[in-house]
Amino acid sequence: MKKALSALIGLAVIICSMPINTIAGDALMMATTTSTDNTGLLDYLMPEFQAATGIEIKWTATGTGKALKLGENCDVDILIVHAPSAEKKFVNAGFGKDRREIMYNDFVIIGPAADILIKGKPITEALKAIKANQALFVSRGDNSGTNKKEISLWRAAGLPVPEKEKWYVQTGQGMLTTINVAAERNGYTMTDRGTYIKYEDNMGGKPPLKILVEGDAVLLNQYSVIAIDTAHCPNAEYVLVKKFTAWITGAEAQQLIKDFKLLGKPLFSPNAQ
Amino acid sequence: MEFLSNGFVQAFHLLWSGNAETYSAIWATVMVSSYSICCSLIAGIPLGFCLGYFNFRGKKSVRTVVDTLMALPTVFIGLIVYAFLTRRGPLGDFSLLFTLPGIAIGQTILALPIVIGLSATAIESTDKKLRTAIISMGANRQQLFMSSLWEARHGLLAGAIAAYGRVMTEVGISMMVGGNIKWHTRTITTAIALETNKGQFGMGVALGLVLLTIAFCVNVSVSFLRRRY
Repeated sequence: MKKALSALIGLAVIICSMPINTIAGDALMMATTTSTDNTGLLDYLMPEFQAATGIEIKWTATGTGKALKLGENCDVDILIVHAPSAEKKFVNAGFGKDRREIMYNDFVIIGPAADILIKGKPITEALKAIKANQALFVSRGDNSGTNKKEISLWRAAGLPVPEKEKWYVQTGQGMLTTINVAAERNGYTMTDRGTYIKYEDNMGGKPPLKILVEGDAVLLNQYSVIAIDTAHCPNAEYVLVKKFTAWITGAEAQQLIKDFKLLGKPLFSPNAQ
Repeated sequence: MEFLSNGFVQAFHLLWSGNAETYSAIWATVMVSSYSICCSLIAGIPLGFCLGYFNFRGKKSVRTVVDTLMALPTVFIGLIVYAFLTRRGPLGDFSLLFTLPGIAIGQTILALPIVIGLSATAIESTDKKLRTAIISMGANRQQLFMSSLWEARHGLLAGAIAAYGRVMTEVGISMMVGGNIKWHTRTITTAIALETNKGQFGMGVALGLVLLTIAFCVNVSVSFLRRRY
């Protein structure tokens, strides 16, 4: 009994003495979107950044909505997000600064390969056809960048944003999970092209859902970096963030983004100015 | 379906080949769950003892509160702990968000009601006549407490195992407070969530089996201890 007790206390003392901050050297905390993480881009890019600058980057991947909230609450130093209008609001509110565009891909509507309803139509026509036929549409429903874009597209098509309709399913989950739901239920969904290629790759190049609508200018999906403003969050590592921004908008990193491919297809196109 | 069988093969491969990412997640899981289970046992057993041993006014209400808290949802605890640990929260200056000790705080809150409740039950179910016997043998107060604790040891152990299982398998707190940061706060459960989101179901199954393997090792050593004492 006494032995067990003293062993327990001993263990507790050992664990309590474990260092709270295990960070050695410079480190940056980043909040980013699921699409950059789930596609494997960050796993590919960030070791290169660390090798080039010696700065470690730690990232947490969530929807753009939560990423912006983490920035507002000073829990991170930098953001990579893809919801331009929400980003501009964020910067105007004084939470962030130095917003720089780094890369883009585009959103596409995917659906069953046998589709004859929306294939090749412009986006507004496609959404109208989905609504008119009550075809199953799967939405992220999670306030992410992709979700915000989808909502703006319904509005742009002059349609009320669906909510409780039987044919409208909101998963509240990440992009790949949402694509899987659409595939299981043989429905339509909107995704960024990068995540779709990742899905194609997961399916061994033979996905049940195909790209049906693409190429409209409104479907552009722009990713940007935003530094958290030190006037709002004095603890933010602004000096390191500047190094990161300079690196990712520089020629070397932009080339790395261009070279990131799955199934021989690029997932993101660099476009830093 | 085939990802299930793939998962078995992959689980073995991950453990055998010493996959660095997997071992980092194993380390984080073991570290943080040991930390939180120690804290909750040290605080919870004395509290549970008092709740089970003594009779006082409002004992039943306290018991109801403790039992209700056993049902605390992990995501909710995660949110509450986040509110305290965020830079702009009351404990923001300690920089505990996105760290293992941060997760441990949340998991301690998760485990505490289980330890208190099950310890109290264990103490209550010891033989009351034993106390009289021990007192009549001339034991002092401290010896009396210790012998009651010793009598209840199997029940206390069962409580500890239940709490450990809950702590090790939770995902809500680890995700919200830890942030699933690679090489740092990625535990096995948050890694499973990530792999599932990435559509790598086989990998998710493999990591689940890895977690079960750890739980198995813990339980084997516990049952070894139980046989000895």
